[in-house]
Amino acid sequence: MNPIRAVGRVTLDVFQFTGDVAMFAIRGVLPLFTPPWFFRQLGRQIMAIGYLSLPVVGLTAVFTGAALALNIYTGGGRFNAEQIMPQIVALGITRELGPVLAALMLAGRVSAAIAAELGAMRATEQIDAMRTLSTDPFRYLVAPRILAAVICLPLLTVVADLIGIAGGWLVATRTLAFNPTVYVRNTWDFLQAWDVESGLLKAAVFGFMVALMGCYHGYNATGGARGVGRATTLAVVSAAVMIFMSDYLLTTWFSRI
Amino acid sequence: MSETASKLEWRDVRIHLNGRAVLDGLNLSVAHGRSLVIIGGSGQGKSVTIKIAMGLMTPDSGQVLVDGVDVTHASGHDRRALFRRFGMLFQGAALFDSLAVWENVAFRLINADGVGRSEAKKRAIEAMSMVRLAANVADLYPSDLSGGMQKRVGLARAVIGSPEIIFFDEPTTGLDPITADAVNDLIVEQVKGLGCTTVSITHDLASARKIGDDVAMLQDGRIVWQGVVADLDRSGNPYVEQFIAGRADGPITASI
Repeated sequence: MNPIRAVGRVTLDVFQFTGDVAMFAIRGVLPLFTPPWFFRQLGRQIMAIGYLSLPVVGLTAVFTGAALALNIYTGGGRFNAEQIMPQIVALGITRELGPVLAALMLAGRVSAAIAAELGAMRATEQIDAMRTLSTDPFRYLVAPRILAAVICLPLLTVVADLIGIAGGWLVATRTLAFNPTVYVRNTWDFLQAWDVESGLLKAAVFGFMVALMGCYHGYNATGGARGVGRATTLAVVSAAVMIFMSDYLLTTWFSRI
Repeated sequence: MSETASKLEWRDVRIHLNGRAVLDGLNLSVAHGRSLVIIGGSGQGKSVTIKIAMGLMTPDSGQVLVDGVDVTHASGHDRRALFRRFGMLFQGAALFDSLAVWENVAFRLINADGVGRSEAKKRAIEAMSMVRLAANVADLYPSDLSGGMQKRVGLARAVIGSPEIIFFDEPTTGLDPITADAVNDLIVEQVKGLGCTTVSITHDLASARKIGDDVAMLQDGRIVWQGVVADLDRSGNPYVEQFIAGRADGPITASI
């Protein structure tokens, strides 16, 4: 293939995808500002996205916090700075790893589930049926999922922050001979509100990305079971990529504030 | 409006899908209170025809008229108002997996009409009884039901809002002959009870004869024959004759 044509094709595809996703996001978000609101749907999604994700987010956080503590202790030891380990663990968890890991877990668990569910609904004409029953699928299916993810991911991040720091505390006090009280005091005294707040803001944006990618790929799935499988894969991959991209952009922006 | 005026009309409708002309100048109408059955081979555009009438697809050109009003490009509030006048039984019933049977039947009442859940459940159970579904089915989920029961739930959902026009997409496909006949009986009973206009698509000639007043044969994106159901066996049309006889040889080429 002509390389110029190939570059042109990819460029056009990227622009088309961006435009499609933007239009989809607008159609998914606008119903949040006008009635009717489907509170029952929102409640179901908060359970599915938030409550049921607690175990996986908690497990990820505790092991990451513990491993982070060990790595910082080892690295800090190279210039006799082991004692700053509690502060660095707290900073790393609250600003970066808490929101990003919680979001990645949600990308795997929730984005895939949303894409599979909406994709199956598309394949079995349930979305068409919903329209014929005078109910806007964007209002009933997409908007509650987006709002639930934007609400839940910051809450999950709070949990990830606490459990992640606790993981570091466990390793530090059980295997590295840190004083438990001093560790907690060092962490508490060092952390600033903005460290946590910036992580929670990131989490809200990541939650939006996770739900949007799941909904977008599921809603537009074509081609039966194969199409649903493809939509699921695309949802997870594109959610992960968008999490990393927006993480960098938000971190750059926050560092200038 | 006169009694013979069209309730629903497709006027020179054309649509291309994947580079193929699926409907190529479709002209068809259904009179008020009549039951039209569209027959035709697989891939001839029968489902597309009713999806265009419902507003689930937009044609490349042509018009869809309801009571003489062009609704081809109706959207937003106008489209939702039109959907309130329609009911549809989908081929696979298209029940919502995550909702109980009664919530499926009452979906429009709860989510579009703002009816309270207890009142909606009562009305859903009434609608279910009309299609011979017992009240104890109400709290089951679609995956707990047989294919025939799912069709009946779909029928209850289609008729609960007393629509003016009901569309049936292959209502008996996948059912055994006895269950299919029972579903046909229920369709006839409900349609006569409501006095509505219906459009059905089917391969099942027994079903077509039972539920239809008029029959139209769709071939190559156009209507090649239309008449009353009693004339089906003496149409004199080679396409209809081949379709009824189920012969592989004739003007219709099997798409295998």
